[in-house]
Amino acid sequence: MPAVSERETKVWQGKVQSRALVAGDGPPLVFFHGAMGLTWDPFLDALAESFTVYAPEHPGTTPGLPDAIKPIDNLWDLVLSYYEVFDELGLESPAVVGHSFGGMVAAEVAATNPSRVSRLALIDPVGLWRDDTPVKNWMATAPQDLGPLLFADPTGPAAQMMATPPPDPETGIQMALRTTWSLACTGKFVWPIPDKGLKKRLHRITAPTLILWGEQDGLVPPVYAGDFENAIPDARVELIAGAGHVPQVERLEQTATAVKGFLSG
Amino acid sequence: MKISMFHLMPHRELPDDFEERYHSVWVDPPFHELATPERVGDYYNWTLDELMHAANLGFDGICVNEHHQNAYGFMPGPNVMGGALARATRGQDVALVQMGATLPTTNPPIRIAEEYAMLDCISGGRLVAGMPLGTAMDANMGYGITPIEQRERYYEAHDLILKAWQSREPFPFNGKYTQLPMVNLWPRPVQQPHPPVWVPGMGSLSTWEFAAEQGHCYCFLSYFGHARGKAVMDSFWEFMDSKEKELNPYRAGFLQLVAVSETDAQAEKDYEKHIKYFFEKCLHIAPEFTPPGHQDYRSLENNLRRMLSQQMSEQQRLSDWSFKDYVDNQYVISGGPESVRDQIEELIKSLRVGNLMLLLQIGSMPHELAMKNIELMATEVLPHIRHHWTDEWENKWWPESLRGRRQMNAEAEVAAVAGGS
Repeated sequence: MPAVSERETKVWQGKVQSRALVAGDGPPLVFFHGAMGLTWDPFLDALAESFTVYAPEHPGTTPGLPDAIKPIDNLWDLVLSYYEVFDELGLESPAVVGHSFGGMVAAEVAATNPSRVSRLALIDPVGLWRDDTPVKNWMATAPQDLGPLLFADPTGPAAQMMATPPPDPETGIQMALRTTWSLACTGKFVWPIPDKGLKKRLHRITAPTLILWGEQDGLVPPVYAGDFENAIPDARVELIAGAGHVPQVERLEQTATAVKGFLSG
Repeated sequence: MKISMFHLMPHRELPDDFEERYHSVWVDPPFHELATPERVGDYYNWTLDELMHAANLGFDGICVNEHHQNAYGFMPGPNVMGGALARATRGQDVALVQMGATLPTTNPPIRIAEEYAMLDCISGGRLVAGMPLGTAMDANMGYGITPIEQRERYYEAHDLILKAWQSREPFPFNGKYTQLPMVNLWPRPVQQPHPPVWVPGMGSLSTWEFAAEQGHCYCFLSYFGHARGKAVMDSFWEFMDSKEKELNPYRAGFLQLVAVSETDAQAEKDYEKHIKYFFEKCLHIAPEFTPPGHQDYRSLENNLRRMLSQQMSEQQRLSDWSFKDYVDNQYVISGGPESVRDQIEELIKSLRVGNLMLLLQIGSMPHELAMKNIELMATEVLPHIRHHWTDEWENKWWPESLRGRRQMNAEAEVAAVAGGS
């Protein structure tokens, strides 16, 4: 397994300090994490086998830096600040992968300045809205109801891992604090409806795009995959059977293979 | 002391199995299954009558507040109620304590500056301007306010309102959440430089800091009584002391549930089911309707620790509680006049509060019983407790025209009201 190192980034006139986890060898790849915060997991290990993976944390979600969210007022600020993060990390036009909330960020970054993203992989992204199939409000869902939305098999090992509290209470508090605050910070850019106009910008994306979707995603149902595909000029969809909203956890191998294959192509 | 009656305007007739059948009393209870507009009209009118009864019997103030999408207490427009009360209490020695219009959910917030100024004009300067942050259920779920921005919106709205009341010249306001080309408020409040401001809170340090900085009255709104409130208020006074603020009891307010009857035994008979209804049904709130970000980082960390230690277990126990448990644990002050007097005196001294808000219509309590509670409180209890703090401290957080000693005692007022009707 590759060694994971930490890189501090300081952008937005020095007001936004954050952290990126970095590992691997090969061409650069940026991974944008979902609303619950960044976890370096086997999926990122798998990507790091073929790429140098840079996983920046969304402002405010880095432990010890909760106020870093304050100077970023809105989605426009967030997107522009990420170009500055790219600059700091020395990335001109990396491949970009984003999951869920991070998928929306990845799409916005690729649409606003298309030259900064070479290839794009979106895993169950949010960012669009259908009145006939609303995206579930993950910030206002009881923990016990979240499992069936996130996982194809709510009793499977992936779901169980999430539902099991750590034995040590202090660790439990720190984990709850981190998850809750990550939801709060990322929520700044999506509350109360995660439709902030991405539909008007997706056509600007020039990067070849892979849209991966867990076939049983209960949070953002797979019908959205077609909406992304139709709006992005060079895009194709791949559905992952036996996976919900987090296919890279529930179907690790299949998801990693699909992403790596596409980005290397 | 300044003693006011607080009203939530709850649904009074929820089904017995409400908390089993329905997910939450707030945000998603289905109106048409649970209420009719005609019956709700009765509730509003009873609420106004009950508050007027308190005003006529010599309470110092009458309080209403703002909540949305719920059966717990549904006055979405507190200033609608305030308008009716301002007119009906014209010339009386009673303050309109609006607790109040919620700042982050009112856009643009000068709407509150305007409506409060109207109330102050209509009432002849009897307004107390409550400035609540709003619950997560109201602001985030009901009104779509982004949770992590709620507090910042609050501070900005507060500054705009205070400036709009006081500025002699029109001014542009370039805020993050509100931009206005020319603020020139019509009307202006009677009270100068502005009506007293009360800031309701649940015990968070951020709110104390704000109240101390601004010189506003801090009101601890808790339903868990003065025994539980003591720890919070002790820390509050320590905090004010550390900021070198005068420890004037009128700097603080406290909300307490009170139910008075002829005797202790009669109180149990009269009120037990309404108290249980309040705690079991009106507080049946789905926790996920407080989304992440509503609490700032510091409060979140404190609360996660507190939750782990005690609160959860106690909340779960509530459903088995009887009248005696609620009274013994001092969540509710209830009994015959003498026991109630003693307990309120203890509360006043132990919390050092000068502004007391009493919730006298509790849960399902029907109109007649609420009127009885108000009357017994006014005639049997108020005259014995209202002298506290009066000689030592000035209530700088009360409408100036109402700060003097009251002209009549409660008994005389009862006689006057009875004679006049």
